[in-house]
Amino acid sequence: MKALCWYGRGDVRVENVPDPGIINPHDAIVRITLTAICGSDLHLYNGYIPGMQKGDILGHEFMGEVIEVGPEVKRLKRGDRVVVPFTICCGECFYCKADLWALCDNTNPNAIILRKMYGASGAGLFGYSHLYGGYAGGQAQYARVPHADVGPIVIEDGLPDEQVLFLSDIFPTGYMAAENCEIKRGDVIAVWGCGPVGQFAIRSAFMFGAERVIGIDRIPERLEMARQAGADILDYADSSLMEKIRELTGGRGPDACIDAVGMEAHGATFDNVYDHAKQALFLETDRPGVLRRAIMACRKGGIVSIPGVYGGFIDKMPMGAAFGKSLTFKMGQTNTPRYLRPLLERIQKREIDPAFVISHRLPLEQAPYGYEVFAKKQDHCTKVVLKP
Amino acid sequence: MSPQHRINMNLADRWASTLGGVALLFSAMRRRSGSKWAALIAAELIRRGVTGHSYAYDLFGTAGTVGQGGKNVSVPYQVGEHARAAITIAKPRSVIYQFWRDFQNLPRVMEHLVSVEPRSGTRSHWVAEGPAGKRVAWDAEIHNDIPEELIAWRSLPDSEVQTAGSVHFKDAPGGRGTEVIVHMKYNPPAGLIGATVAKLAGRNPEGDLENGLFRLKQYLETGEIATAGPQPHGDGVAAGKPVIAEVLT
Ligand SMILES: NC(=O)c1ccc[n+]([C@@H]2O[C@H](COP(=O)([O-])OP(=O)(O)OC[C@H]3O[C@@H](n4cnc5c(N)ncnc54)[C@H](O)[C@@H]3O)[C@@H](O)[C@H]2O)c1
Ligand SMILES: [Zn+2]
Ligand SMILES: [Zn+2]
Repeated sequence: MKALCWYGRGDVRVENVPDPGIINPHDAIVRITLTAICGSDLHLYNGYIPGMQKGDILGHEFMGEVIEVGPEVKRLKRGDRVVVPFTICCGECFYCKADLWALCDNTNPNAIILRKMYGASGAGLFGYSHLYGGYAGGQAQYARVPHADVGPIVIEDGLPDEQVLFLSDIFPTGYMAAENCEIKRGDVIAVWGCGPVGQFAIRSAFMFGAERVIGIDRIPERLEMARQAGADILDYADSSLMEKIRELTGGRGPDACIDAVGMEAHGATFDNVYDHAKQALFLETDRPGVLRRAIMACRKGGIVSIPGVYGGFIDKMPMGAAFGKSLTFKMGQTNTPRYLRPLLERIQKREIDPAFVISHRLPLEQAPYGYEVFAKKQDHCTKVVLKP
Repeated sequence: MSPQHRINMNLADRWASTLGGVALLFSAMRRRSGSKWAALIAAELIRRGVTGHSYAYDLFGTAGTVGQGGKNVSVPYQVGEHARAAITIAKPRSVIYQFWRDFQNLPRVMEHLVSVEPRSGTRSHWVAEGPAGKRVAWDAEIHNDIPEELIAWRSLPDSEVQTAGSVHFKDAPGGRGTEVIVHMKYNPPAGLIGATVAKLAGRNPEGDLENGLFRLKQYLETGEIATAGPQPHGDGVAAGKPVIAEVLT
């Protein structure tokens, strides 16, 4: 089959590789009909996630048709059309049963590595380095899906692929980021990063009843997309950004701040230059410029919700501000299976059409081009979907 | 002495740590992938090797120099390597006890074990993957067996490998299943040097044991053991374990 393989920083190639097969009894094989490039893939593409090997197949947002099932698969059958969540979940452990699917105990074969790095390992992830299990990803023609009865959702009606594909990750991710804000009447939510995750976070915040949402980025087409959703927009390069946020919240500060940027924050501020230098010297692994600002901006007793990915260590964390204002932090990989059914219903009821975020529709062969424009935010790229 | 400077690692650990750190640093310099992390980890390995102080040991209350041993260990703790690990499995004590008591099951989850064959009575014959891929074998006997509570075993005198181990089963609070606590003790065939080489070759008793417990939990809770391979890969060969895993575990 054809698959998008990682070879190093900025180097991904479409290659012919062997087809996957059933290995464990709860596995299924899916013929992929549509897949996408995620902002998380850019952390791999830019070389910030350790534990990658040359030739690893990327991709964790995919859907398709079940063509083969293992002997213990009871719910899925051949011919089913499924969207596959990016978190691999066993459905049996303490965390799966507590609806905390991203923390599944039993699906990372390399759990011992994250156990040493983080104290414990969460769920295995498709196409996301050997730290998260080394599972081949879904930017390919076929994928092996472990515990197939647990995660994937069957799509029965005639909704087009483009409308349901993002149930695999970014729609639930933006939604969980907003849910974590515990939005109440009158709340103002600030969202750093108007990439795909930020876009879904903005729309979800309104779904939860936010009074006002502030979208922060600097890419014009992304800000425009946020504005269309009803958000006030601000440019992160604006030197009076913090003052403007205060002004938009009557001096209170946002009730909750969402960091939908993560470890690769951009900006010409002093602290970001410092982070860049430290990252280059291996003294710091992540650049937390957005996180620092979210903490400083947030109102007293507010919530900082972090869907943006962090991998290692950060410096100059304004812990005093967080403590002094009694902030709450909520973060983590998305508990994707929890949101599949309710968000599919919202799509069916036409409350949202997730395809709005797509700017590029490419054949899988052109995935390297897709990575380049998505990474460099060129060609008005907001989201790339790939057709195998 | 301040806790920061207290030496809490034994000599083998310190050599393994230093050499492992240096090896990792070189491999990180050759490869681009993950090099930042590798460099960070390498620096820490070298630091703990040189200073003889492991923050991790402090954190987890593990002792590399003077083992605290404990009432569960059935051989003297002053010698050899000590490994301990604990896990909670969402299954009743009876199920886990039975799986463990049938020692033949253990190689299914403990990757470093090649086979365990029952012999007469409480005796069994064990074969394991030793340092540098060398196989080692010994005979063991169960010397304490309290159903659904405790199993303790030790090698017979004159064995090539001297080892002892115990596993305790306790009800986890709040109906979360069973707490499985394992202590193992072994005198590696080639003593200190053997243990050091074993660690550099990616083998170390604690890592093997903990990994085995992860796999035991996966098997008992889900009916299968998580794996990513053999699977498609860019250069057509199955993905192996990444370099940093071998040095860390
Ligand atoms: N938690 C999860 O499970 C999960 C799932 C999917 C994605 N993510 C993460 O969410 C983040 C965003 O993903 P995406 O797909 O939207 O990526 P993206 O790269 O398309 O979007 C990031 C956006 O942040 C903007 N940005 C950069 N620096 C900024 C700054 N200083 N202030 C404000 N905005 C800034 C960029 O211009 C860009 O528009 C990534 O870190 C990704 O890994 C997490
Ligand atoms: Zn993603
Ligand atoms: Zn689970």
